[in-house]
Amino acid sequence: MFSRDRWSEIIEALTSNWFRTILTAFGVMWGIFILVILLAAGKGLENGVKQGFGGMATNSMFMWTQVASKPYKGMPKGRRYSFEIEDVAAIKRQVPELMIVSPRNQLGGFRGTNNVVRGLNTGAYNVYGDYPEIIQQEPMDITSGRFINYSDIDEKRKVAVIGGGVRSELYDKGEEVLGTYIKINGVNFMVIGTYKKKGNNGDAEEMQKQIFVPFTSFSQAFNRGNKVGWMALTARDGSSITNLKEDIIDVVKSRHSIHPDDDRAVGNFDLFQEYSKVNGLFIALKAVAYFVGVLVLLSGIIGISNIMLIVVKERTNEIGVRRALGATPWSIRGQILMESVFLTIVSGMAGIILATGVIYLVNFQLSQMDTSEMMFLNPSVNLGVVLIALSILIISGILAGLIPAQHAIKVKPVDALRTE
Amino acid sequence: MIKISNLHKSYRMGANSLHVLKGIDFNVEEGELVSIMGSSGSGKSTLLNILGMLDEADEGSYFLDGVPIKNLSEKQGAKYRNKFLGFIFQSFNLIGYKSALDNVALPLYYQGIGRSERIDRAMSYLEKVGLAQWASHLPNELSGGQKQRVAIARALASDPKVLLADEPTGALDTTTSYEVMDLIQEINDEGRTILVVTHEHDIAQMTKRIVNLKDGLIIEDTVVSQVRALSNV
Repeated sequence: MFSRDRWSEIIEALTSNWFRTILTAFGVMWGIFILVILLAAGKGLENGVKQGFGGMATNSMFMWTQVASKPYKGMPKGRRYSFEIEDVAAIKRQVPELMIVSPRNQLGGFRGTNNVVRGLNTGAYNVYGDYPEIIQQEPMDITSGRFINYSDIDEKRKVAVIGGGVRSELYDKGEEVLGTYIKINGVNFMVIGTYKKKGNNGDAEEMQKQIFVPFTSFSQAFNRGNKVGWMALTARDGSSITNLKEDIIDVVKSRHSIHPDDDRAVGNFDLFQEYSKVNGLFIALKAVAYFVGVLVLLSGIIGISNIMLIVVKERTNEIGVRRALGATPWSIRGQILMESVFLTIVSGMAGIILATGVIYLVNFQLSQMDTSEMMFLNPSVNLGVVLIALSILIISGILAGLIPAQHAIKVKPVDALRTE
Repeated sequence: MIKISNLHKSYRMGANSLHVLKGIDFNVEEGELVSIMGSSGSGKSTLLNILGMLDEADEGSYFLDGVPIKNLSEKQGAKYRNKFLGFIFQSFNLIGYKSALDNVALPLYYQGIGRSERIDRAMSYLEKVGLAQWASHLPNELSGGQKQRVAIARALASDPKVLLADEPTGALDTTTSYEVMDLIQEINDEGRTILVVTHEHDIAQMTKRIVNLKDGLIIEDTVVSQVRALSNV
């Protein structure tokens, strides 16, 4: 079926009317081009928006204390309470699906007053007391020095990791940062590293103006005792934090004598849920891309089918001659089908190549610009999509050829030869 | 070679049916050159179509080289046509986008013969009809007589038992007609059986036997003394 003669027959038939062949091929090429471009644009938007999450561990939630809204065990409503460092171990023990539980304390905040001094320079920054794992939940690039480690935690070292924004405000350009001291609320901390955070939210600049110090040193230096301000919790891959949320909050409630039905006592923000919403949006977007692309492709395929019908009509005489010379119905049918599939695949490939070229150009242009603030990044289609498109093409090529081929073998040689 | 007895054929035209062949008995021996004559509507083309297995009779029997031609499947029909018959048409029916050589090679392609052998054999038949130097030309670059000679080469290519020619000179002027008839006579001299449908008396006189058809019946079947086409050119 795939002999060299077959191929030369197909090429001969298709090249006998170049203009028409190209016009026909254009329909399919355009369809697949639109499909690939739409998918790539969707992917680009997805990449751009997901970049906004700054590579944050998305299977995470944050949890903080609020006011108990129900009286329980003889205690009144409106009672304030606070997380304690023992809660962390208890949560880890009772909810083993959690990968990281980071207790955090914080100084400063939105429009906080100046709290950090270095020489003549002062600034207002968020200062966090953290465990080393926080870097996995809130990824940042360490641009010099190192991040906090467990020796710092154990020995309660007064060390600090500062952001690029802090550095540019407190230090002169080119000045050595590592090993210098900054004074946070009157306590000296040695700078051991600098970081840069990713992400394109509105507070991108704010995020570079943070200072991280070991949790234990923070507690001691700023008199927090065993209190914990809030927590960042990340579930292991394979279990979703949204499902674990209930269990975690129950642990906290039982440890702090809060009414089991009190929904307001523990505040939380579920990053995974937000992320899922965004993800759902992109699944919908992809479905729309496929829908539109496949429909455009379909019109191209109908075009091929249509042209093949005309070709069959036009070649009625030729088909009759071939049958008189001994062509079997299958060889006629095969010929028409192969022509249609061949035309579809070649034009489809042209469309894919064209689309890939356009995507390449866009990527090239994007790479010249600073994309960290953009909602569009690295538009691409993976090989799977191309293979799907290709199989759609082959199937549709067969479908497009089927009706004309059936038409062709219905031609009786005797009738075919009579048309002059 | 061809044995036909009591052949009937009618066409259905809406409610009426048109009885075209009303019982034809007809034999052709090997090596004969027979012309079938008759006015239009006499059924000569229908008879040729049935002989060429392009159409099937309603009634009667047809043996070709001892093989019964009856109820053939499309595939078998294609195979028999390829093996037993060579067609020559009034309008040549060459495939326009194929060169003369490829046109001649087409029946061999359907026999499943390899490319190089196909080309060799097609070339030798083109030489036989004197068109070797036109092998690479497309049909629309050839004159009518040349086209018909290519068509004859194509009909010969599969080495068939019988050549069926439907008004082979109908689209040609007299001189060219005679040249084509000369070629047909030459092929017949080599012993091949040929049937020619024509309504031109001078062409019919160049065959060895004239069968006259009228209203679906054979009214006359005479052996004539052959006029050599070459003497008229």
